[in-house]
Amino acid sequence: MIMPLLRRLGQTVFVLFGISALVFTVFFATPGADPTARIAGRNAAPQTMEKVRKEYGFDRPLPVQYAIMMKKLFITRDLASYANRGELVVPEIMRAAPVTLSLVTGAAIIWVVLSIAMGVIAAAFKDSWIDRGLMILGLVGISIPVFWLGQVVNLITQNRYHDTWLFSWVPGLGYVPFSQSPSGWFLALVIPWCVLAVMFVGIYSRILRADLVAIMGEDFIRTARAKGLSPTRVLLRHGLRTALITFVSLFGMDFAQLVGGGALLTEVVFGLPGVGRLTYQALNSLDLPLIMATVMYSAVFVVLANALVDAAYLFLDPRVRDVG
Amino acid sequence: MLANTPAPPLLEVRDLCVSFTSRGQVIPIVENISFSIGDREILGLVGESGSGKSITAMALMGLIDAPGVHVTGSARFRGRDLLALPDRQLRALRGREVAMIFQDPMTAFTPVYTIGWQIDEQLRVHQRLSRRQARARTVELLGEMGVPDPANTANRYPHQLSGGLRQRAMIAMALSCNPSLLIADEPTTALDVTVQAQILELMRNLRTTYGSSVLLITHDMGVVAETCDSTLVLYSGRVAETGTTRDLFAHPQHPYTAALLASIPPMSGPRPDRLPAIPGGPPQPMERPVGCAFAPRCAHTHATCLPAPPPRFCTVGPGHTVACVLPAEGAPLPPRSGSSTSPVL
Ligand SMILES: Nc1ncnc2c1ncn2[C@@H]1O[C@H](COP(=O)(O)OP(=O)(O)O)[C@@H](O)[C@H]1O
Ligand SMILES: [Mg+2]
Repeated sequence: MIMPLLRRLGQTVFVLFGISALVFTVFFATPGADPTARIAGRNAAPQTMEKVRKEYGFDRPLPVQYAIMMKKLFITRDLASYANRGELVVPEIMRAAPVTLSLVTGAAIIWVVLSIAMGVIAAAFKDSWIDRGLMILGLVGISIPVFWLGQVVNLITQNRYHDTWLFSWVPGLGYVPFSQSPSGWFLALVIPWCVLAVMFVGIYSRILRADLVAIMGEDFIRTARAKGLSPTRVLLRHGLRTALITFVSLFGMDFAQLVGGGALLTEVVFGLPGVGRLTYQALNSLDLPLIMATVMYSAVFVVLANALVDAAYLFLDPRVRDVG
Repeated sequence: MLANTPAPPLLEVRDLCVSFTSRGQVIPIVENISFSIGDREILGLVGESGSGKSITAMALMGLIDAPGVHVTGSARFRGRDLLALPDRQLRALRGREVAMIFQDPMTAFTPVYTIGWQIDEQLRVHQRLSRRQARARTVELLGEMGVPDPANTANRYPHQLSGGLRQRAMIAMALSCNPSLLIADEPTTALDVTVQAQILELMRNLRTTYGSSVLLITHDMGVVAETCDSTLVLYSGRVAETGTTRDLFAHPQHPYTAALLASIPPMSGPRPDRLPAIPGGPPQPMERPVGCAFAPRCAHTHATCLPAPPPRFCTVGPGHTVACVLPAEGAPLPPRSGSSTSPVL
């Protein structure tokens, strides 16, 4: 159990190095483009150009440039945005990260609970109208674009029906830090959570249902039934437990990509200053240091989450433990 | 028990029929199967693959849940009809009074739990035992089934054990609640020959150690010869011949039984999985002839074999019946020359 984990950790470090080198190459070592001009921004003064060149070592060999960039990103954390008048980039991300994390974690809880409930119920009543109804509901969830749903929800809860008893509790768009007011935090996020979760509930409940139906045809389910277990126990302890292996691996990927900026649309629609929105702004203003930092940040997150999923895998699937 | 009132058999199956409905068409899979198993008896259910052996076993256990299945007949087990019991009562019986083991021990355990956990689970569903008591019994059972180092093996996952060990664990699980009937569906087919012999030995000993009766399903006449008290030969969902193993092996009356016996594979060396002596294969359930199902492959086929209904049962000795027209027409098959059932090399 320990060895596979350590090996996995080693791989993670290696992958992180690979990604950072790749991202660095894409942004700063592409031939024919002067990275100095890119960082300094359009129409920068020659003094600024000179300062940037010195600061980032663009007159020195590539490995040194890479080292300087990584140092500025992860050690001194003084990578600054020139497009945004010297704003430090890393603290900006660190301010955005809790917002995204709050948004995605809440949505994840909703989508895991709901999709497991829907998937299990649909599988238990396979081919009945309950099954069909739930799966159609899932399909609807998958087909609704999240920004459209967000806009409609905003229209209803912020404008049209805001003054009715039903939605008068809804705060204005934006984020309230948990440390400032836990209830404010909850109220500000509960609608974004649901909106972000809708599509994933659809996807996950359908996948889980299909997986469960396949598993319920397996030999070991027949054994479990022959033992005299109740249908509920067979479905949950044997069927669902086995299906969770796939479920968790999918979940890890989606969670990671959302935290790494994939919740952009939800963040923009609900005015949440998260990592996705930050990336969006950086792209809009071609703020290279900020883009670089957010990309690195999401890469780190995806890779770390992946390693976590693998650890969970080791925990969930004894067959993987031995292969390691 | 009084000596002069014959006790009813442990399990008495009468006219068991299983059919599937697909696209409005009723396909009979198993037709009018009747047999009985006495206390501590081992009955062999033999037939080529596709002859309906597994379906018969699953029907008895109430494990067929495919849509469109229709099961009729009766299966009286200790005075209760297994086929008519409400779900809840059948469940209480399953695993406790009637247990089943399956062909492929590789896939028969849930991969994510230890062997011990799965045996504990069965014990705790049927008996009021604490975790600790259940585990103690599990370890004891594994030991009795010849699993080395049972306490540690109980903590291992299915994929960590060899096929033979897994099948032993499977038998331990099936026997955990002291069932009076064990249904074993090809328990040795997936195992190699030496392990197969050990498992069969284990099954033979069950009668004395556990007092269990066994319904042993197999496609291998060699296994029957070694293990079973009586034999029921199934062909294409119908009973071809039934009798004590000794009678049936010494004097097979159905050409199919005779052909099966002629093709007993050697107990050692590679086993052919097709029957060399009988050309062709059994008919699919949909294409089953209205008369004798074996007629298309039989060397003795003549006009009386072909029309419906299939040949009626003819009693040729005590407890020995055959669904063939030959004995009734006064032309029974001759007894087997070398009636030895031991390895023919
Ligand atoms: N769910 C099903 N639907 C239709 N036919 C089936 C189904 N399951 C089994 N059969 C048919 O029943 C017959 C007997 O199967 P089975 O009992 O598994 O044979 P055996 O165990 O003797 O090899 C086969 O011809 C098979 O095609
Ligand atoms: Mg079978």
